Amino acid sequence: MAEKIDNEQVRKVAKLSRLELTDSEIEEFTGQLGAILEYVEKMNELDTETIEPLAHCLPVSNVFREDIAKESLGTEKTLANAPKKDETYFLVPKILDDNSGA
Amino acid sequence: MADLQYKIIVGLEIHVQLRTKSKMFCSCALEFGAEPNSRVCPVCLGMPGSLPVMNKQAFEYSVLAGLALNCNIPMFTKWDRKSYYYPDLPKNYQISQYDLPLSEKGFIEIPLESGETKRIRIIRAHLEEDAGKNVHSASSYSQVDLNRTGTPLLEIVTEPDMNSGAEVRALAVELQRLVRFIGVSEADMQKGHMRFEPNINMKIIRNGKEYRTPIAEVKNLNSFRALERSVTYEAQRQLSEFLETGIEFGMGNKTTRGWDDEKEMTVLQREKEEAHDYRYFPDPDLVPVELTQEWLDEIKSRLCELPLKKQLRYVQEYNLSDYDAGVLTADRATADFFDEVVNAGGDPKRVCNLLTQTGLKITKEKNCNITDLPVTPKGMADLAKMVDEGTISASSATTIFEAMVQTGKQPDVLASELNLVQKSDAGELESIVDQVIAENSEAVADVISGGKKEKKARGFLMGQVMQKSKGQANPKVVSEILAKKLK
Repeated sequence: MAEKIDNEQVRKVAKLSRLELTDSEIEEFTGQLGAILEYVEKMNELDTETIEPLAHCLPVSNVFREDIAKESLGTEKTLANAPKKDETYFLVPKILDDNSGA
Repeated sequence: MADLQYKIIVGLEIHVQLRTKSKMFCSCALEFGAEPNSRVCPVCLGMPGSLPVMNKQAFEYSVLAGLALNCNIPMFTKWDRKSYYYPDLPKNYQISQYDLPLSEKGFIEIPLESGETKRIRIIRAHLEEDAGKNVHSASSYSQVDLNRTGTPLLEIVTEPDMNSGAEVRALAVELQRLVRFIGVSEADMQKGHMRFEPNINMKIIRNGKEYRTPIAEVKNLNSFRALERSVTYEAQRQLSEFLETGIEFGMGNKTTRGWDDEKEMTVLQREKEEAHDYRYFPDPDLVPVELTQEWLDEIKSRLCELPLKKQLRYVQEYNLSDYDAGVLTADRATADFFDEVVNAGGDPKRVCNLLTQTGLKITKEKNCNITDLPVTPKGMADLAKMVDEGTISASSATTIFEAMVQTGKQPDVLASELNLVQKSDAGELESIVDQVIAENSEAVADVISGGKKEKKARGFLMGQVMQKSKGQANPKVVSEILAKKLK
């Protein structure tokens, strides 16, 4: 049986997701996430020993498209909803710890 | 002085951009240098309601690369989300592969300076999407360009089997040739088509006790040169650090360092206090891929003899120099053409000379492949044969080759049109030789007397014959006749 989720774990997950939460929100989400995990625990009671792990909930595979380039939105439309932009770029608060890149 | 031995240990993580026309999960075009944010669609933007659809070509290219890397290709593979919080990937996750990659457990052979090859094991190669680009300017904002977002990348991870900067470079160069050869990537370093991240540490034995230094991952390597130098530098740095501080490899003391190309040194970027918490989970938006045996066989049929194997074969079977064999196997078009010419009866050495000395000069000028020239393998083989049979001289072969490229005509036709056919008919040449002998009694005497003037006199007579034949006499035949007559 897994340990019950606590405020510290919720704080950590929030940090990983770049979410700023108030103390009362932490409290609230700890309760909600706890309930979800309890439900998962309940499902863990099922014996799945002989059942193949499921990679996807649809019994479908191999949905492809051909490698054909089509028109994109273009710079103007792409930037249309941006909270901040210049001529051709999105502008975001300066990235300090830049470990971006795949 | 303490007894000290050490060994560099390097594993590589390599990202190779696939040569598709469109992105991995949407139809936006891949175009280097396009206007920022012009090749972007709702899928790239991570808009609610948009759905990714796999690019079949990208998947097949990856399987082909996996096969070329001698990997095991599972029949079932799937997609996972890797949590990622940077603005260059607006979905806040990267579509990648976690527990069921499309290929694993392979190897690549790399050439060593000694002429031997070394096998470097491949842990896995999987497909994923690239992030966009963050541009940092002097202002208080960073600029984001999403054109690269969603570009198909093959991530290749090696075992830590390399033991020097030179070996790391050899692997990089060989991998570049390999992916170009099988046509899955342009592999242009300058365009960022290949990105290398070495993981480096040292095994040190001091007074019989073994130590390992903390691992450093080096980023920001934009050339083979930088890659090699960074490994050499980092190893030296780690050795000095160990001798000074005695700090050993341990949980959580891996660091990330950036390569400074100007200062030629690695600089600490950050300490990795904890393992990255990527929180992978299966992507519900993408269905798995199931290979069938027929499909896998079809992809396999596109494989060819790989470049390093070809290069070694050219050296062993044809006696070509390692350098020439390397030039011929730098790209598939040239290597395939060479093979076809040899199959059509051209002498490998002669064909190699014609191709490397003239052919590749022409293709470089025209910026095209050898197969784009109006020269058939048969025509090329005929040209080589004409030199070997003495019909034309080696220097005329170059002229004819160039004329073949310009006119598309056959070499024998051009040889007569350009008056380059050598006279090899002994009877005809003999009468010219007789005439020259009759006209130059002094030189003839010098040759026969065998003094120090002999060599010069013999050359003079040769020259006279060539002149009288308007340069068309086969020098080999002439010199035989001269030798016979002036015994």
